[in-house]
Amino acid sequence: MLLLAFALAVTILFVVLRVLGNPVFALISVGATDAEIAAAAARLGVDRPIHEQFFAYIGQLLSFDLGQSFTNHLNVGDEIVRRLNVTLPLTLLSFTLSVLIAVPVGFFAAWKSRTWYGTTFSAVSQLGGAIPVFWVGILLVAVLSLGWRLFPAGGFPRTDWEDPGAALYSLALPVITIAIVAGSDLARYVRSATLDILGQQYLRAARAAGQSFATALWRHGVRNGVVPLISILAIQLSTTFVGAVIIERVFALPGLGDMLLVGIKEQDFPSVQGVLLFSTALVLVLGFIADVLQRIIDPRLRDSLSGNRRTKALA
Amino acid sequence: MTATILPTVPAPAPAPAASARRRRARRSVNLAVGAALFGLIAVIGLVSVFWTPFAYDDTTGDRLQPPSLEHWAGTDRLGRDLFTQLMIGARLALAVGFGSVLIAAIVGITLGLAAAVARRWVDDAISSLLDIAIAFPTLLLAMLIVAWRGASLDSAILAIGLAGAAVIARLTRITATRVLAMDYVTAARTSGTGTLGILRRHVLRNVWPTLIVPLALQFGGAVGAEASLSYLGLGSPPPNASWGRMLQEAQSTVLVAPTAAILPGILLVALIIGVNLLADGLRDVADPTSRSIR
Repeated sequence: MLLLAFALAVTILFVVLRVLGNPVFALISVGATDAEIAAAAARLGVDRPIHEQFFAYIGQLLSFDLGQSFTNHLNVGDEIVRRLNVTLPLTLLSFTLSVLIAVPVGFFAAWKSRTWYGTTFSAVSQLGGAIPVFWVGILLVAVLSLGWRLFPAGGFPRTDWEDPGAALYSLALPVITIAIVAGSDLARYVRSATLDILGQQYLRAARAAGQSFATALWRHGVRNGVVPLISILAIQLSTTFVGAVIIERVFALPGLGDMLLVGIKEQDFPSVQGVLLFSTALVLVLGFIADVLQRIIDPRLRDSLSGNRRTKALA
Repeated sequence: MTATILPTVPAPAPAPAASARRRRARRSVNLAVGAALFGLIAVIGLVSVFWTPFAYDDTTGDRLQPPSLEHWAGTDRLGRDLFTQLMIGARLALAVGFGSVLIAAIVGITLGLAAAVARRWVDDAISSLLDIAIAFPTLLLAMLIVAWRGASLDSAILAIGLAGAAVIARLTRITATRVLAMDYVTAARTSGTGTLGILRRHVLRNVWPTLIVPLALQFGGAVGAEASLSYLGLGSPPPNASWGRMLQEAQSTVLVAPTAAILPGILLVALIIGVNLLADGLRDVADPTSRSIR
């Protein structure tokens, strides 16, 4: 299933990107002769019949070769790995921070749903679900970086991770930005999952059997409540990844998002294809892992439809 | 004996009724606030078709001015009136919202119904295709389509609409399958109604109400996605003043002219929240039997 999905994505990407426009134009200058155009096309291999290009491409993919950029002639695979140095920490740190914010906030919002705290939460989370992540970024830069000069306004150290402190420092504000937006989204799901559990009879039964509230929640509530949350978390992780792509633009970070945008602008078809393939693989693998995890935790799901699919359809 | 058993029979609990009433009350407030916010933006967008304070390309104003009597929202770095741009931005946001929801509805319902009535392997093929499309983040899908068709308003609407169609198709398939198993469908079939007739007369009418709320929620999502695309430079090119592109242009001058970086964002958030509240309020109107998922 996973492989089938990926094969389909590979084909669609190839077809769509080959109609994208003629990448030869990115190489040649104005006033190039027909011979020069033909030479450039031959160098890129776009003069061959489309099915030959396709099979050559599949062959490359099977040997984990994503090809060479049309514009800067770097190996796309190497370039992706190099840029993950920025995007991966950004995504993982933001995701971790957003979970750390969302779980307690969402839990208390459900537990105290009848108080001012719960009501305020509902209002604030409506806002969190509607604010575009890049606007939060712009505002935070204006206040925290340009106004109070607490953080750098953008960029990433040229030395990469040789100086971890400087690298982390430049990632701090982007991480906070994504965590705020992703966290408020996640907190809503945590709240509804918790509300679901708190209303369950088995929790009341456990309390009646003499367990304390905390024990009952830990023994019976968490295991039930975490199952739908896992697929939400997987989706959130991919959303955070995409959020990172946008936020890289706000903070001028040289990550995967930057590579994708420049690639689209310069019609650099191997780069765009490489980044999108990598993202697709990531998203599919995350969904797959979530499915497996859910089945491990909840035996009832083992011979049913994918839990991931159901939750997404309801969300 | 009976006396000791009787009290354990649960009486109709008053609590759920009270909470249902509270939920309804909250919903009607949501509906009112949502309608007000959405209506405000809609009016601004409609007025911009006939009248704006300045022409869009009127660069006669001073640069980066704060709000004044002449320029209600100030001017940008080329001296263009920001209020004019905000109004045009409202029109664009509405066009994106309605356009992509329309595409999502048409493509999604068609695919969903096809999957519901088709043979097993067609259904499987469509369903697994939808699985991939749904797992794929909207914005990446949109970027792919923009890469293919070039950055324009049409590309953005098409891309966001197609991304939304997958979710609608999935919902349609689920509901339609359920409806097709009903006795009245069997009755219609035995009395000689064809598949298309059954779909139109029975299935579509039952599926439609369950789709109103998801479609309304997609409106807000579409507006946000278009803003992101425009911010990244992949949305509609000038002279279309998308709020996302206004924010991108205002980013470099945020300290000199903060209003330009704040107002488009406020309108954006107001429209998205407005539509979301409207959708939440519509849930009761559209389908009285449904319970809130949140």
